[in-house]
Amino acid sequence: MADWINEQLAIYLSAVMPESAEAPGYLIAALIQAALIIQVPMVGSLVFIWMERKVSGRIQDRLGPTRTGGKFGWLQTLADGIKLITKEDLTPGAADAMLFKLAPYLSFAASFAAFLALPFATGWVGQHINVAVFFVAAVLGLEVFGVLLAGWASGSKWSLLGAMREAAQVVSYEVPIGLCIIIPVMVCGTMDLITIGNMQAGLFTNWLIFHDPFTFFTFWIFFTCATASVNRAPFDLAEAESELVAGFHTEYSGLRWSIFFMAEYGSMYLVSALGAILFFGGWNGPIPIFHWIGWAYSSVGETPTFAGWLANLFGCANLIFKSVVGVTVMIWVRWTLPRLRIDQVITTCWKYCVPLGSVMFVGVLIYTATDTWSPNDLFPHQSRASVREGWISLDQARSAGNQEEEEGEERVARGEDDFAENSNLPGGKLVLLPGSAEERK
Amino acid sequence: MLLFAALNWHTLFFLIFALFACFFAFCVLMTSNIVRMAFYLTLALGATAGLFMLAGAHFVGAMQLMIYVGGTLVLLIFGVMLTAQDGFVRMSTRGGDWVLAVAVGVSLLALLVVAAIYLPQGEFHADARAKIPADVANQTTSLGLALLSTRPDKLTATNETLAAGMSGYLLPFEIVSVHLLVVLIGAAYLARARRHAPPPS
Repeated sequence: MADWINEQLAIYLSAVMPESAEAPGYLIAALIQAALIIQVPMVGSLVFIWMERKVSGRIQDRLGPTRTGGKFGWLQTLADGIKLITKEDLTPGAADAMLFKLAPYLSFAASFAAFLALPFATGWVGQHINVAVFFVAAVLGLEVFGVLLAGWASGSKWSLLGAMREAAQVVSYEVPIGLCIIIPVMVCGTMDLITIGNMQAGLFTNWLIFHDPFTFFTFWIFFTCATASVNRAPFDLAEAESELVAGFHTEYSGLRWSIFFMAEYGSMYLVSALGAILFFGGWNGPIPIFHWIGWAYSSVGETPTFAGWLANLFGCANLIFKSVVGVTVMIWVRWTLPRLRIDQVITTCWKYCVPLGSVMFVGVLIYTATDTWSPNDLFPHQSRASVREGWISLDQARSAGNQEEEEGEERVARGEDDFAENSNLPGGKLVLLPGSAEERK
Repeated sequence: MLLFAALNWHTLFFLIFALFACFFAFCVLMTSNIVRMAFYLTLALGATAGLFMLAGAHFVGAMQLMIYVGGTLVLLIFGVMLTAQDGFVRMSTRGGDWVLAVAVGVSLLALLVVAAIYLPQGEFHADARAKIPADVANQTTSLGLALLSTRPDKLTATNETLAAGMSGYLLPFEIVSVHLLVVLIGAAYLARARRHAPPPS
């Protein structure tokens, strides 16, 4: 996209902008992508807070909001937001003012940064990282830092206790989550979320949750631990209203308070989407209609077509649907189960989830190594290895292209070659590596 | 606009991240509040992760986030919180410490500058890259293979000891793993509940 923006800028701003400048295009492209990604946690939390009210209402035999915004109270979150903006922004006297004010943003930034590597369809990702699973897991653990700072900076006992509990909980639950994430990575042989998603294309029997009984159980362990790591009930000790007033955000009011909630709902969506990609086929629907009619991309790097774009759009809708189902289950669980005590929370993690995760890990290892029959073999869509091969050939093409480019430039520099100038034609160069602009100059 | 002409996007983002890292590293030095120090350190280390990402070393960048930003700082915060006494939260540096710190810092900086200037850069890199088979070039695969004792860039090495299977990092990897396990067991031993002798009945 950045190249296209640069071309457009060159057309309209040729008077003021030198030809070789490429920073503006990349800046604008990066801003557009960031703006698109930030919609996910923001609009997501708008919808999920409304959903939380409706679902909790139904579970408690109430109606939930009904009037705001006409039917179904669908503007309730917006009304809440306006109310929160009008509230006074308090800072306690004992607080460390700077950290107190920055902590919510830190929390939100951590939650938002993980979306950077989360793909929404084949090739639809903020930044394609070939260790995306690892990156998301790393960033997911950082959210607790904002919470800890908030608890410490508030200068209040309730906040500090809440933050300590949350820190202990989140740091503990990172271990079983890591174990559960490793299992699909092991089955697929890659840490690339896009490749993992594409490997599950085809009928729903190709999803990794149906790979073998062990992955099936792994998903439920993953979901339990994910619920705990984003501090949802029954693991919401840190915010226990009845014991700790409100935990780490006791002293927060107004908009700062609501930013913590945006971060929480963003993370809920994130772990659900991660679960959907790792176990439920990601953007591949249960029936691969777009694959049958041949519209869908099978790997990144194919020439963009309108049909492929349409297939990606539906794939994106698929992934969002699956993630929203995950969030709904979290809401459902919250309003059904009572809260656990802190010792029970930690026991669940270390004495149940971690050993179970380890057993599943060994189980999947044996299952894969012995090549036992799995439901994935029922209607195989493609050979999983071939998806990896596709990536490898793309890489080969890339590096070959780079080499040609470099050689071409060398020849130009030596004045040997005439046709090398053709490579500057639009479309002549597919991959722009950092540093190539300097070489061109 | 002239500025844009001089900078390509890569340099621009490099400068942004580098300035962030340096600025917050400086803030760590200047503040005396230990929690703020931890906070600034997070930002400085996060910006360093950004630099790694910018260089295309996604694995190292994610590692930086996971281990340095995540692990170390959460541990630091735990330490601070469990010992949150007034005397400990505010730390002032005495004159002697300043001298020592400046001496160490300046000598390290001098070493790094010398290394940055005098190490052969371009050809060194291109050489190593050309030897890696294309199917593992742009991926983390080569890292994983190296940890399992097969370095893709040494496959064609003529030297006996550097040939395939002999040049990897399997032994150090195993030693570090066992070492970490020992540390874990030690931590669990230290943190165990002290049981008192049962009271005489």
